[in-house]
Amino acid sequence: MSENKPSASLSAVNLDTIETHEYDVVVVGAGGAGLRAAIAASEGTARVAVISKSLLGKAHTVMAEGGVAASLGNVDSDDSWDTHFYDTMKSGHFINQYRTAEIFAKEVPDRVLELETWGAVFDRTPAGKIMQRPFGAHSFRRLAHIGDRTGKELIRTLQYKVIHQNVDIFQEVTTTRLLTDEAGRIAGLFGYYREDGHFVVFRAKAIVLATGGFGKAYKVTSNSWESTGDGAALAFRIGAELMDIEMVQFHPTGMVWPPGVRGLLVTEGVRGEGGLLYNSKHERFMLRYDPVQQELSSRDVVARSIFKENQAERGTPHGGAWLDISHLPANVVKAKLPGMYEQFLSLADVDITREAFEVAPTTHYVMGGIRVDPETEATNVPGLYAAGEVACGLHGANRLGGNSLGDILVFGRRAGMAALAYAQSVDYPTLIPAQIEEEVRRVLAPFSRPDGERPYHMMSELQEIMTTYAGIVRSGESLAAGLEHLELLRLRAERMAVHGSRAYNPGWHTVFDVESLILLGEAVIRGALARKESRGAQWRTDYPEELPEMGKVNFVQTWADGHVVVREEPVEPMPEHLAKLFESDQAPGVVRQAARKANQGGGS
Amino acid sequence: MSEEMVLSVFRGDQTGGREEEFHVPLETGMVVLDALHYIQAEHAPDLAVRWNCKAAHCGSCSAEINGRPKLLCKTRLDQYVGQVVHVRPMHAFPLIKDLVTDVSSNYRAAKQIPAFSPRTPAPFTMYQRDVDRVQEFHQCIECFLCQDTCHVLRNHNARDRYFGPRMMAKIAEWEMHPMDTQDRREFLKDVAGLPMCNVTRCCVEVCPEHIVITDNAIIPLKERVADLYWDPIRAIFRRFQRSSTSSQPSSTITS
Ligand SMILES: Cc1cc2nc3c(=O)[nH]c(=O)nc-3n(C[C@H](O)[C@H](O)[C@H](O)COP(=O)(O)OP(=O)(O)OC[C@H]3O[C@@H](n4cnc5c(N)ncnc54)[C@H](O)[C@@H]3O)c2cc1C
Ligand code: SF4
Ligand code: SF4
Ligand code: FES
Repeated sequence: MSENKPSASLSAVNLDTIETHEYDVVVVGAGGAGLRAAIAASEGTARVAVISKSLLGKAHTVMAEGGVAASLGNVDSDDSWDTHFYDTMKSGHFINQYRTAEIFAKEVPDRVLELETWGAVFDRTPAGKIMQRPFGAHSFRRLAHIGDRTGKELIRTLQYKVIHQNVDIFQEVTTTRLLTDEAGRIAGLFGYYREDGHFVVFRAKAIVLATGGFGKAYKVTSNSWESTGDGAALAFRIGAELMDIEMVQFHPTGMVWPPGVRGLLVTEGVRGEGGLLYNSKHERFMLRYDPVQQELSSRDVVARSIFKENQAERGTPHGGAWLDISHLPANVVKAKLPGMYEQFLSLADVDITREAFEVAPTTHYVMGGIRVDPETEATNVPGLYAAGEVACGLHGANRLGGNSLGDILVFGRRAGMAALAYAQSVDYPTLIPAQIEEEVRRVLAPFSRPDGERPYHMMSELQEIMTTYAGIVRSGESLAAGLEHLELLRLRAERMAVHGSRAYNPGWHTVFDVESLILLGEAVIRGALARKESRGAQWRTDYPEELPEMGKVNFVQTWADGHVVVREEPVEPMPEHLAKLFESDQAPGVVRQAARKANQGGGS
Repeated sequence: MSEEMVLSVFRGDQTGGREEEFHVPLETGMVVLDALHYIQAEHAPDLAVRWNCKAAHCGSCSAEINGRPKLLCKTRLDQYVGQVVHVRPMHAFPLIKDLVTDVSSNYRAAKQIPAFSPRTPAPFTMYQRDVDRVQEFHQCIECFLCQDTCHVLRNHNARDRYFGPRMMAKIAEWEMHPMDTQDRREFLKDVAGLPMCNVTRCCVEVCPEHIVITDNAIIPLKERVADLYWDPIRAIFRRFQRSSTSSQPSSTITS
C-alpha cells in the first residue's frame, strides 16, 4: 500500500494508506556502523532493513582518510591491545567508559582482518601483511590504510557484503520520528522517501541507530550535509540519555582557502607521513606546545596551538598555519597521499609536493552522543541501540585519529547482535496510531506556512551561533549568550516554511536537519556550561585548568517536558588490573619495547 | 572578484522540464556545486541536487556540465567565465527531479555479481606488487559517470543487458584479487553483458579517479572469457546462470 500521489496537504493523507513494513531489526544509517550492524543482525533468518538518508556507499564514512587503528603489530611488534587501550583512555582524558575502550582495543584487530576476508585490500608491508602508519598520540604505527582513502575501502567492503546478505535496503529515506508502544518500548519509526516525499512506517522489534555525528552544527566543518545529529535528536526526544555532548572535536587541519573548500579535511596522515607545521615566522611551533609528540600530538592540543598562534598574530594570511610535506620526494607524497595531492591541485591550485599550504581547525567529530551499555550498545529505551559516532563512551574528551573507523566496526557489530537477540525475545510491538497522525501533521506543517523562515537561512544562523559562542574556545559568558541566541532561533525555526512539492525538495529536507541541530546545539551548550573546566576538546577560558574532581564525572542529559535536564554521573572506575597500566607515564608496549631493547643491547 | 556567472539549470521531472537561468556571483575557487547551493539558498529552495562530501570522495554529485559528465563538486566555475554554464542531469539514467536521477539499476546489477570468496579467511599474505592492480579499482567512488557516458547504456538503454564499465571494474577487482576462488566468466558473458562493450574507451575519459577501466579491467576480463570458450574441457562445465532483473521501488534494494 502507498499513497498514490504524495501531496503537501494533510487532508490528502489517509493513515491507512501509508506504506508499512515489518522487520525484526531496523538499522537507521548506512555508514560503517549501520552496515556492520546489519551484517551482524542478518546472520540468522531475522528480517533486517537498513534505512539511510543518502544512497548506499555515500555515507559520511566514505570520507574517512587516514586509516583504522588496530594493534595488529604488523609494523611495531610491541603493540598490543593494552597499549591501544592506554592511548585511548589517556587521549580521552579518562572520562571515557573504560569497559568500552577495553572491548574496543581487544576486538578491533579481528574486525579489520574480517574486512580483509570480505575483500578489502589494505596497503601492504614488505612482508605482505597489512601496512600500518603512525598517527597522532598513538604509541605505535597502528593505522591500517589504503592510501588516504580508507573510509571508502571500509564502506565499499561492507556495502558489497551487505547487498549479498539477507538485508533490505531503503535508500534516500529520512527518519523523522521513533515510535514507541504503550510500555515505552521501541515499536518502529516514521519516515519519508526523499524521492517523492511519500511516507513510510516501519514496525520493528528493535532499532539500531547509526546515524553519525552532528558536525554540521558549525560553520567550518569537515562533515557532509548528513551529519545533522538526527539519531541523537530522535532518541533524545523519546527519552534516551545523551552523555558528554559538549565534547566536540575540532580537527587541527582543515583547508582554509579558497572559501568554497573551507573546512574540508586535510588528513592527519599528512603529519603521520612527516608533514611539519609552521607559523608565519617559519617556526615549528609544535616544538613549543608539545616537545615530545610535536606535530603528532593529540588533536585537541594541535588545534589549540594553531588557534593560539593566531591569537599571538603569528598566523597565516587566512588565519591558520602552514603545513609542509614538500621535503618528501614527490612520488612518495603522491603514493601515500594521493587524495590530498589531487584535492589541493584541483580545488586550490596548490601542488603539495612543491609548496606548503594553509590549514586551520575544522569541526570534525562528536565524542558525545547517546549513552549506551558498553557490551550491547543498548540505550535506556528498551529495543533501542546505538553505535558509531551517534553513540558515546569510547572517546571521552578527545578522540584519537583512526579510532572511529574501529569504533563503528566493533560496536556496529555488537549492536547488531544485541538488537537481534532482543528482537528474538519479544513479539511485534503495537504501534500507536496517534503518534503517526501527529507526525504526519508535524512534517507537513512547513508547507502550510507560505511566508515563514527559510530553512537554509536558519541553518546558517545556527552554525554562526554555535561557531561564535560554543566553538573551539568557550567561556561561561559566551555559552550563556549562545543559549539566548539559540532560544530566539528556536522560536523562529518553529515557523520554517517550504515551497514546492514533496518531491525531492531539499528545502523541506533541511527543516528536519535544522530541528535536530537546534536541539543538540542546546545540549552542547548546557553540557559545556556544566563542565566548569578545560578537558580535551572542551577549552574554557574562564576555567583554563583540567580539574581532578571533574575527571570523575560524565554529564548526562535527558529531555523532560520540553526541557533539557543535565545531571552528573560518576565515571565508572577502572578495575585494579587496568588501573595498574597507568602507573607508569609510558604506555605498556613502550615499556616492554624499552626492556626488550635493553636486553638485546645487553646481550650483543 | 565580483564577476557574475549565468547558470542554466535543468528543472523538471518525468513529465517534462526546461532549463532555467540563474545569476550567481563568482567567488574565488567556487565549484559548480557551490553555485547550485547559492541558487537553493537565494532563489530556488526546492532545486533537487544530490551531494554528500563536497570533496570528490563520495560520487553523489554527478551531472552533465556543458554536455560533459562531471562531478559538480570538483568542477571549478572560473573555467567558464564568459560562457553560460548549462547544468543537466545524467542522461543515461531515468530522471527523478531536476539534477537527480534514478541510479538504482547499478545497485541491482551489483547485487547479482558473485561475491569475493577467499580460499581462507584473513590474514592474507599479499605483496604490494600483487595488489597494486586491484587497488586501482578500489579507487572507484561509484559516481556512475562512466555508466552515463557508455554508449551501450546511454544510447541503447541497455542497462539490463550490460552492467556497464563501473561493474566491470568491480568484477575485475574481485576476479584479480590474489585470494579469490570464484569463476565469474560465464556470468560475465551471459549475465553481465561483457561482450556488448566494444572498447570505445569513452568511460575512461570521464572517470574522475582516472581508472583505466578498459585496458586494466575490461580487456583482461574479455581475455579471460575468451580463454574459457576456447577451452573445451572448461566448456563441459558450463552451466546456465540465472538472469534476473526485478522491478522494485527505485530506492529500495530487497533481498
Ligand atoms: C573527512 C573525514 C575524515 C575522517 N577520517 C577518519 C579516519 O581516518 N579514521 C577514523 O577512524 N575516522 C575518521 N573520520 C571519522 C569517521 O569517518 C566517522 O566518525 C565515521 O565514519 C562515522 O560513521 P557512522 O557509521 O557512525 O556514521 P556515518 O558514516 O556518518 O553514517 C550515518 C548514516 O546515517 C544516515 N542517517 C542519518 N540521519 C538519518 C535519518 N534521519 N534517517 C535515515 N538515515 C539517516 C546517513 O544517511 C548515513 O547513512 C573522518 C571523518 C571525516 C569527516
Ligand atoms: S569502452 Fe566499453 S564500457 Fe567503456 S564506454 Fe566504451 S563500450 Fe562502454
Ligand atoms: S569507474 Fe570511475 S567513472 Fe566509473 S563509477 Fe567508478 S569512479 Fe566513477
Ligand atoms: S559531493 Fe561527493 S563527490 Fe561531489
